[in-house]
Amino acid sequence: MTASPAPAAWPARLLLALLAAASLLLGGCASLPGEGTHRYDPWESTNRRVFAFNEALDEAAIKPVAQLYQAVLPAWLRTGVSNAFGNLGDIWTSANLLLQAKPKQALDMGFRAGVNSVFGLGGLFDVADEMGLERFTTEDFGQTLGFWGLRAGPYVVLPLLGPSTLRDTAGLLLDFKDSGPGLAFDEPRSRNLATGLQLIDTRVRLLNAGRVLDDIALDKYILLRDAYLARRKSLIYDGDPPDEDTAPAPFKSLIKR
Amino acid sequence: MLRRTWISALTLGGLLLGSVAATQAAEALAADAFVKQVSNDVIDAVKADKAIQAGDVGRIRALVDAKVMPYVNFQRMTASSVGPQWRGATPEQQKRMYEEFKTLMVNTYSGALTQVKDQSVNVKPLRAGAAESGELVVRTEVRGKGDPIQLDYRLEKNGDGWKIYDVNVGGFWLVEAYKGQFAKDLANGGLDALISRLTEKNKSLASASKS
Repeated sequence: MTASPAPAAWPARLLLALLAAASLLLGGCASLPGEGTHRYDPWESTNRRVFAFNEALDEAAIKPVAQLYQAVLPAWLRTGVSNAFGNLGDIWTSANLLLQAKPKQALDMGFRAGVNSVFGLGGLFDVADEMGLERFTTEDFGQTLGFWGLRAGPYVVLPLLGPSTLRDTAGLLLDFKDSGPGLAFDEPRSRNLATGLQLIDTRVRLLNAGRVLDDIALDKYILLRDAYLARRKSLIYDGDPPDEDTAPAPFKSLIKR
Repeated sequence: MLRRTWISALTLGGLLLGSVAATQAAEALAADAFVKQVSNDVIDAVKADKAIQAGDVGRIRALVDAKVMPYVNFQRMTASSVGPQWRGATPEQQKRMYEEFKTLMVNTYSGALTQVKDQSVNVKPLRAGAAESGELVVRTEVRGKGDPIQLDYRLEKNGDGWKIYDVNVGGFWLVEAYKGQFAKDLANGGLDALISRLTEKNKSLASASKS
């Protein structure tokens, strides 16, 4: 759809800079006056509309396709597809770890990706896992920006892609360009096809989670929003965020180590 | 069997540590051993029971009541999820809120338990000095087919043992989650509005699981 990897093809860097600047500005003022119920969600009414659109689209098209995919394809093939995308993700994780000045972890994840690329037939088999080289983390560029102290900015629900923040949306542009399908395919057509496949692959893994979520939510929008914001914060602090509700301070996690 | 070796290794470690360091170290060890035991009991029970794997809600509820609820300070969870309005509530309101919230939690937990297949729980070592305040966090990781899932527990001292008063799934504390879910109803119609909302939700869940 509109949020395909295409935007990254044109001046992605310009857009990235703009978004990052906007995020800094907006994140800078502690609380924006807005109609939202949450101080990180000043655009709630727009977000809710996009969220409703996503839910309807999912119900009508994406979920049925995912269910069909799960029913038709044999498990080994689906696992292979998952592994291949996971492997591409590992390469991107390794790059981001390097950008976060964590050379040891970057090397570990890079080695894992190398083993799977060579011995796992381009990542179709996760042989590294059998060898005890586990995927201990996944990192994207939004996390790298967060690690260096860039605030998340307001919460944003993206069409098709779902929960994000201004910062993570900026990161996403680079993610699309340099990770996953963007890394494996040069030609736009196969790249888009691969992105579609990746979306379905992700959706299949969420089929069961969706049911649990529907069961516990009084307001699904709020649940997903709070969960996303908490999870991103936790990921940036590698699973151990500070208790007090502060924005990540630059270099804080470096000093701690 | 693996668990027995694990526990005996732990006990041995506890003895060694206890004799060297203060008694606090032994207490701290008991906390992560406690989490390990509770999670393994639940996972083993699910693995041994075909009806639970098939999603038999009655059986799951019985399991949760027997193996999970005794170790949870549910009063505290309810109070902190509701927030300041809890103290102003009548005992009768508190009781109704407690019951409805508990039903919702059991439903939630039941849904999660049907997903248990080949998982195992890896309890991470406690931080030094963690037990000093009588409250601490035990970090665990659920390992299965996909990526590991972070599952942390907040524990408080309860006599000689421990009680869980909050759970963190993938970076998201449950009490925080429910606070967010409850805020709107509490602001608009107070605790009574929230209770009737929960009652409604639980009813629709019960009828959905029957059909």
